[in-house]
Amino acid sequence: MPAVSKGDGMRGLAVFISDIRNCKSKEAEIKRINKELANIRSKFKGDKALDGYSKKKYVCKLLFIFLLGHDIDFGHMEAVNLLSSNKYTEKQIGYLFISVLVNSNSELIRLINNAIKNDLSSRNPTFMCLALHCIANVGSREMAEAFAGEIPRILVAGDTMDSVKQSAALCLLRLYKTSPDLVLMGEWTSRVVHLLNDQHMGVVTAAISLITCLSQKNPDEFKTCVSLAVSRLSRIVSSASTDLQDYTYYFVPAPWLSCKLLRLLQCYPPPEDGAVKGRLVECLETILNKAQEPPKSKKVQHSNAKNAILFEAISLIIHYDSEPNLLVRACNQLGQFLQHRETNLRYLALESMCTLASSEFSHEAVKTHIETVINALKTERDVSVRQRAADLLYAMCDRSNAKQIVAEMLSYLETADYSIREEMVLKVAILAEKYAVDYSWYVDTILNLIRIAGDYVSEEVWYRVIQIVINRDDVQGYAAKTVFEALQAPACHENMVKVGGYILGEFGNLIAGDPRSSPLVQFNLLHSKFHLCSVPTRALLLSAYIKFINLFPETKSTIQEVLRSDSQIRNSDVELQQRAVEYLKLSSIASTDVLATVLEEMPPFPERESSILAKLKKKKGPGAVSVNELEEGKREGGELNGGGERGGDSSAIASTPSPSADLLGLRAGPPVTAAAPSAGSLLVDVFSEAGVNDDGFLRFVCKNNGVLFENQLLQIGIKSEYRQNLGRMYLFYGNKTSVQFVTFTTTVTCPGELQSHILHIHTWNSLEPLIEGGAQVQQVINIECLTDFSDAPLLNIKFRYGGALQNLTLKLPVTINKFFQPTEMASHDFFQRWKQLSLPQQEAQKIFKANHAMDTEVLKAKLLGLGMALLENVDPNPENFVCAGVIQTKAQQVGSLLRLEGEGEKQVFSLPYYPQSFNRKNCTLAVSLEHSL
Amino acid sequence: MQFMLLFSRQGKLRLQKWYVPLSDKEKKKITRELVQTVLARKPKMCSFLEWRDLKIVYKRYASLYFCCAIEDQDNELITLEIIHRYVELLDKYFGSVCELDIIFNFEKAYFILDEFLLGGEAQETSKKNVLKAIEQADLLQENFSSQSPHNCLSTP
Repeated sequence: MPAVSKGDGMRGLAVFISDIRNCKSKEAEIKRINKELANIRSKFKGDKALDGYSKKKYVCKLLFIFLLGHDIDFGHMEAVNLLSSNKYTEKQIGYLFISVLVNSNSELIRLINNAIKNDLSSRNPTFMCLALHCIANVGSREMAEAFAGEIPRILVAGDTMDSVKQSAALCLLRLYKTSPDLVLMGEWTSRVVHLLNDQHMGVVTAAISLITCLSQKNPDEFKTCVSLAVSRLSRIVSSASTDLQDYTYYFVPAPWLSCKLLRLLQCYPPPEDGAVKGRLVECLETILNKAQEPPKSKKVQHSNAKNAILFEAISLIIHYDSEPNLLVRACNQLGQFLQHRETNLRYLALESMCTLASSEFSHEAVKTHIETVINALKTERDVSVRQRAADLLYAMCDRSNAKQIVAEMLSYLETADYSIREEMVLKVAILAEKYAVDYSWYVDTILNLIRIAGDYVSEEVWYRVIQIVINRDDVQGYAAKTVFEALQAPACHENMVKVGGYILGEFGNLIAGDPRSSPLVQFNLLHSKFHLCSVPTRALLLSAYIKFINLFPETKSTIQEVLRSDSQIRNSDVELQQRAVEYLKLSSIASTDVLATVLEEMPPFPERESSILAKLKKKKGPGAVSVNELEEGKREGGELNGGGERGGDSSAIASTPSPSADLLGLRAGPPVTAAAPSAGSLLVDVFSEAGVNDDGFLRFVCKNNGVLFENQLLQIGIKSEYRQNLGRMYLFYGNKTSVQFVTFTTTVTCPGELQSHILHIHTWNSLEPLIEGGAQVQQVINIECLTDFSDAPLLNIKFRYGGALQNLTLKLPVTINKFFQPTEMASHDFFQRWKQLSLPQQEAQKIFKANHAMDTEVLKAKLLGLGMALLENVDPNPENFVCAGVIQTKAQQVGSLLRLEGEGEKQVFSLPYYPQSFNRKNCTLAVSLEHSL
Repeated sequence: MQFMLLFSRQGKLRLQKWYVPLSDKEKKKITRELVQTVLARKPKMCSFLEWRDLKIVYKRYASLYFCCAIEDQDNELITLEIIHRYVELLDKYFGSVCELDIIFNFEKAYFILDEFLLGGEAQETSKKNVLKAIEQADLLQENFSSQSPHNCLSTP
């Protein structure tokens, strides 16, 4: 082994580094550096031509200075000169400088590219590698343009040295990541795939990273890699620990390559070829078996390498989600790790189990570890591990254990680290809502949340509890009683005052019969908190007071006195002052009838999916501040774009500049103003429903073409076609009048969750802003289904007709069933699968009355229109219809079965789906089908 | 892998390798934040943490922290062993490597890393092969004959 200070031994550099290290202060260091920079600058500018060695030394010094964190604004040219030196060591330093300090200075890039080109064609493997390393390190677009065509050739050429192939493969990968459009494998594809068979393990190790990345983007073109990868994996897994010589790492054969092979296989569904699949299952079993064997070494490197493969294998098993036996074994293995003395393994086991929990085959097995996980939440000393435990509890939660898990999370919250509190609060709120059997438990839970972690309870959470209380009259009395009790605490969180004010204002009458909570007692309790609250909360309380006047006439004089006091009516805050004045006037002028109408109980909120869930999905985890901010920003931007769907109501919000919770909705008709404090996602939830015309929507569940909308002015027709997870929709806008439509614009938006990648919508062509009388224009929309979804995208149309602005929002008929692929199966298969799908989250049953007389042929046509295969002669009862299909989304394929049982006029409808996540959606589907029958 | 950082217990950055394009300002910000986060962790804590949308895998060797940022899909344990293999390579090359070796021969540390990892992916995991490549280069430094680069490789 060469001694280190040797080689060329740049003494000047070593001296300089020593000097820097001897500097006693930052100032001294800067002084020394400036001296050196001046020296180098003068050398570079000097009349005397520098020899290669000096140039190299100075360039290296500059690099060192840069790496210390100082800016370097010269020396690039000298570094480029070094590239064309024919001394290896000079060239090497030149390349290093370029790699670290690239600057998109175009002139230099041209010179650099020239030097690289020379080295690539030098046929000297060492030089070629240097050049390839430089391209891979810089990876700029200019370099991709210059070399993306050349490198694949080097990669597959028969006479290329192994080391060059390795560099070429990863160099290409880097270029593909920065400029995928420039890297075209084309004719090289099959030869690249066959690198998996290369004799040299290093070549396979490097090439597989490239192949994996390319496979993710073009799975079809690279699918032959699956069988090659399986056989390679099989050879490694079954090899003795010494077979692979230097590729064996602490008695583990080729751990890096094994992990990469398993990773590559995760780009594909399970192999269709039985033999390949059998071989793969064998490999996976061997890997699981090895985990049980005694370790061949006590070194942590041995167990890490072995477990790295094991975890990757488990990921693959979870990805396939089709081998119950392997899934349960994986779960057991992870169960062992949950109690391992290595923190790293406990962490990874918790993380991995989270994904296992969502598989129907292993969900129950995961649940058996609940006590261990709860214990981890309580006792782990490392917050990142506790975070994983909380995540897993959330993932394994279902109706059977929700109360236990929520209780544990609540008690953890009391001592939880600040960094994860907000996320914990959201999770508890979601679980409480999702699995609430009785709503009093839900109310208790949320109030507990506010008590324990009030600061972290976001608006979404407390809006939601109010929404639910308003919508469910069976819990209103309980809620009123509970908030009343909660407010008695001497110090209660402001969020509690908000919820309390709102709920007592609406439902205080339900507990007013008890003298301990008589109207005046309630009022005094609320008012005792008033002075401690911020302006928005005070505004909310004022609204609660006026509601009290309506609910309890006996409180009128007391409350009027409060409103009349200087601190209200002359409050320096405009919003508070205005409320006090208006409410006072209202209470003294309006008759009881008018008052009762104006201050009527809030109407139910439209039922929509929890906006809290959407918020949690946006959250990436603790510390992710900047990412969150970014997403926040994006989301708000998106809402603005989708602003059209809010119709005229958006102005109501804009006109309420102060962040006041307008309890009464006096300013704008709809109840939504309750949520006025911010443009939180809830607002959008509520608004997007308002003014959307979905009459035509349901008619399109079972058909693809037809008229979506028609009024006196406009007709909108649709033609659509779907293939796998892709769809294309042609929209025809017909002007039925004889007058021009001007400023005709359409926007397609994906509200809420849809926006976050669930459905990818792309408008193909833009429209002319003008439609002549009697004319028709066409628009094309491309749709890609990324994963399951339930809401529909919205189409907003705006135009002027005779000077009047027309604004219309329609639901575009894109439903999940459009992505069905019909599947034929025999009777035996059907019922076997049917029986397997017995978990509650896997099926939805709906009994409904048909809207129309049931004609067999019509029914058949409808079911075919749904997109599934109608299976004849499968169900013994000819009155029943059974169907099978696979929903194709980009993320997964979901098999589903349907059975429609006729019973006179009654129809029983069953629609089981495999994954749990579809639970809500199959209900949606069932409802849509109900409407269309 | 998105980047690798080597820093001392005092928080001094000793080596930085970025596999994704970032501005110098961003690099400095990330480095500052991560160094602080990792140094604040106690010895027995686990070697992985979530940070922004990345996974951080780190390990301490004597006075030096080796810290890698990987993506969601990447394997934490194998990354831990990537760090270890790199340490082994440095150790073998320098002979009981210490922080000073990396300070004074930082360019060598970069060269070794480039032979081992390229574009954030393992290029060559065999210790022998990586060191062979570096040795060859060292030999080139000493015995370079300027006329014919082809012959250099054949010289022992």
